[in-house]
Amino acid sequence: MSTATHEVASQAPEVLHLDGITKRFGSLTANDSITLGLVPGRIHCLLGENGAGKSTLMNILFGLLRADEGTISVGGNVLHLENPKQAMAAGIGMVHQHFMLIPVFTVAENMVLGREPGRFGKLDLNGARKLVRQLSDRYRLDVDPDALVEDLPVGIQQRVEILKALANDARYLIFDEPTAVLTPQEIDELMVVMRTLRDEGRAICFITHKLREVVAVADDITVIRRGKVVGEATPDASEGDLAELMVGRAVNLTVDKAPPTLGKERLVLTDFTVANAAGTIVVDHLNLTVSGGEIVCIAGVQGNGQTELAEALLGTMAVIHGTAILDGVDVTHMPPKKTIEAGLGFVPEDRQRDGFVGDFSIAENLVLNRTTSFSSVGNLDLGRIRSNADERIEEFDIRTSSQSQPVRSLSGGNQQKVVLARELSRPLSLLVANQPTRGVDVGAIEFLHNRIVKERDRDTAVLIVSTELEEVESLADRIAVMYRGRIVGVVEPDTPRDVLGLMMAGVPFEEAARSVEKSRTEHADV
Amino acid sequence: MSTPVIVNNTAAGTPPPALRKVEARENRIQRLSTGVLLAVIGLMLVWGTFGTAGDAKIALSDAFDAVQLPTIVLPGAVTVALCAVLVLGAALAYLSGRFNKRAMTIAGVVGGVALLIGFITWAAAGSMAVFTMTNQLQGTLAVATPLVFGALCGALSERAGVVNIAIEGQFLTAAFAGAITGSLTKSLLAALIAAILAGMAMGALLALFTLKYFVDHVVLGVVINLLAAGLTGFLFHQLVGSDTAKYNAVPIMQRIPIPGLEKIPFLGPILFNQTALAYLAILMVPAVWFLLFKTKWGLRVRAVGEHPHAADTVGINVVATKFSSVVLGGAMAGLGGAYFTIGSTGAFRPDMTVGNGFIALAALIMGRWHPVWAALMAVFFGFVTQLGQTLNPLGSPIDSQFLLMLPYVATIIAVAGLVGRVRAPAADGEHFVKE
Repeated sequence: MSTATHEVASQAPEVLHLDGITKRFGSLTANDSITLGLVPGRIHCLLGENGAGKSTLMNILFGLLRADEGTISVGGNVLHLENPKQAMAAGIGMVHQHFMLIPVFTVAENMVLGREPGRFGKLDLNGARKLVRQLSDRYRLDVDPDALVEDLPVGIQQRVEILKALANDARYLIFDEPTAVLTPQEIDELMVVMRTLRDEGRAICFITHKLREVVAVADDITVIRRGKVVGEATPDASEGDLAELMVGRAVNLTVDKAPPTLGKERLVLTDFTVANAAGTIVVDHLNLTVSGGEIVCIAGVQGNGQTELAEALLGTMAVIHGTAILDGVDVTHMPPKKTIEAGLGFVPEDRQRDGFVGDFSIAENLVLNRTTSFSSVGNLDLGRIRSNADERIEEFDIRTSSQSQPVRSLSGGNQQKVVLARELSRPLSLLVANQPTRGVDVGAIEFLHNRIVKERDRDTAVLIVSTELEEVESLADRIAVMYRGRIVGVVEPDTPRDVLGLMMAGVPFEEAARSVEKSRTEHADV
Repeated sequence: MSTPVIVNNTAAGTPPPALRKVEARENRIQRLSTGVLLAVIGLMLVWGTFGTAGDAKIALSDAFDAVQLPTIVLPGAVTVALCAVLVLGAALAYLSGRFNKRAMTIAGVVGGVALLIGFITWAAAGSMAVFTMTNQLQGTLAVATPLVFGALCGALSERAGVVNIAIEGQFLTAAFAGAITGSLTKSLLAALIAAILAGMAMGALLALFTLKYFVDHVVLGVVINLLAAGLTGFLFHQLVGSDTAKYNAVPIMQRIPIPGLEKIPFLGPILFNQTALAYLAILMVPAVWFLLFKTKWGLRVRAVGEHPHAADTVGINVVATKFSSVVLGGAMAGLGGAYFTIGSTGAFRPDMTVGNGFIALAALIMGRWHPVWAALMAVFFGFVTQLGQTLNPLGSPIDSQFLLMLPYVATIIAVAGLVGRVRAPAADGEHFVKE
């Protein structure tokens, strides 16, 4: 590690300045004269809500977009970054939010893509493997050069992304929302990685909207809102202050909810087993009961069968074994139309794809699941559809100029409100919501959470799937941790985060609690 | 945290153990449909047994070969019955689903070979004439030549993410260009170069409109096929129609026996007595494989076909890479098109490629976008096409018009029944628009 420090130090890295960067997309100003400095040896957090313009700014810095105004310079030299190649040549590297890796290529092939070793046009794969091993040894980030990327867990895929940037000896490293897909343990490891790279003398730019992470790792903090820098902060700022700066008003970060009043058991899953199209068993003999009046959150790292569980309940995936009973009715093999009639409300994981028809108006989307009850003799009853839309828009505080606006043009938060408004506009036995607040701004999260709690208090059974631990902790009356298609354990919502984290990696509750306890006492001794 | 060392955590950088599996729905459907297909064919062979009388004579060499091999005489009814039993056995293996993958592959191969032998024996039994295996296989290679080139063309464009259903049009244009140039210059080399250039030009047209103007790949492919048919037809009537001797009399490539190798019993006449175009087709298969899988350029081509945005972020010029691969594919299609005029008939006729471009496309899909497998599939289609030719003079019980239909029937059965789900390059047919 010491040699590496010298190497970087000898290049005498200088501050990277972004000066008055402005970028417009049509009438929308995504970046409004943003000025920012990335200092070697420091972690600079760029904090802002979804759609605040963070990713646009970083895409400009990485040469993927071109700024309309403003300059990027290092030590007084203005950089002209027309494409990623030039950015990389200037020492800028990026760990993308959606990994820029080719799933069917090996780690080694991904690592060298774009600057392949070998003579006379021939690809030298042994050279590529050697490069992976060297980097992997140097940064102690273990990865198998011959593994196919698609077979690797996301945490390791991210490692490959980081090594890819380091292979280019990036001195200015951008991490674009890197924690969204990681377990708490993996997030801790990532923070160690970022600190190490900082201590080597690299400048780190860490983009996130998660306040806890900012406070944990940042040296400098810049907050942007609607494309503008609205403030700078030091790491000792409180999460509440940062949230207020980010949203523009005081926000309540916790959900107000009374203790649950348990009703009768509404959903009973027995040995529930689901196979995907490839025949892989993704939900494996799962047993779970959800009562009316409680919120059960399924916590877990993405891809452990949560989504398939939700879809199988709706009826869009094949259940190969076991039963699902909803209010005494066997819904195991029912198609979606029947499960919806049986009282299931469903909020899909990817609302853009499965939640609504983007080009349809708000009013039309609000009645998609009940077109028959909004029509007479086969014709849509437009008057009632309109008045229904007015009511729902009012009730759910959907911010729009008109009910005939296509849903595609709404912000993420308002789109999700449309979906939830549609699902909650009839009496439900069970609400299944998959990632109900993904890509939604803080203000809307507050609203959606309160609305879900209100539904619980109507004696509906609520099953939430979420990979965001904050959300799980604030909503859940019980937490069911899922790992590789099974429930590792069902625990109380006040279970410590590190215990949950271990459970999300498959460690049973008692063992996880013991191991966390042990490491705490060890730390106390030091 | 005094010494900043990146932790090497418990999860090593290797894939986790796989989850348990059950038979996927698609695999099940495919297994059952293949089983039913084999069972139907097996029953047809059983039925054929009753109408079969006499022996089938299958020669392993023809009269002109340097080494004369014996002629195999198979008792018709017995052989067909035996083959029927084997095919039905394979069908049972598929339908029962109690065997592992390896056993199923063996069952499939046994069933397939039995089907071919049974069919040939049935068709040739009782005839005075001899079914000459060397002629059949030699013809297979010749007929497969354009299909192999077409499949390679498809592999090059689709691996780069450009769907190419315009192979047919590329063939036709190249065939025409080769015919005209060959007639005027009386030079085979000039004709070949003209055909290659014509194929590349059509490839460039496809690349230009899909990559720069974002036209839907399939729609454009259809348009290019229609354009090629219309353009060559128009030029043929305007230019050639008046003076066939001058404009449409091409020198034909002759077979070039390779000294020494040609004398190898059985294989010699099949593999080493072919036209230059056929040799070139054989050589191009490993060449394209090497290009795609062993060179820097190939890695980039596959990258832009799978995930163009990822390729963009590492500084690869996505559009230029796609363009180069599609145009190189066009050169392959050009060689394939040359076969129709200078490689075989010696004259151009409108629409003379009769769907060969689409069969090449089927071979590409059956070969799972892999140049070597695609070429093997092309040879399979060549075999079936040639079978019609070889069986025809035997006075076989099948109508000759029906024999002409064979390759297309084989395509439908192969694509629908035997292949099942295949995985195309992830971004095949998608437009690459920079954010």
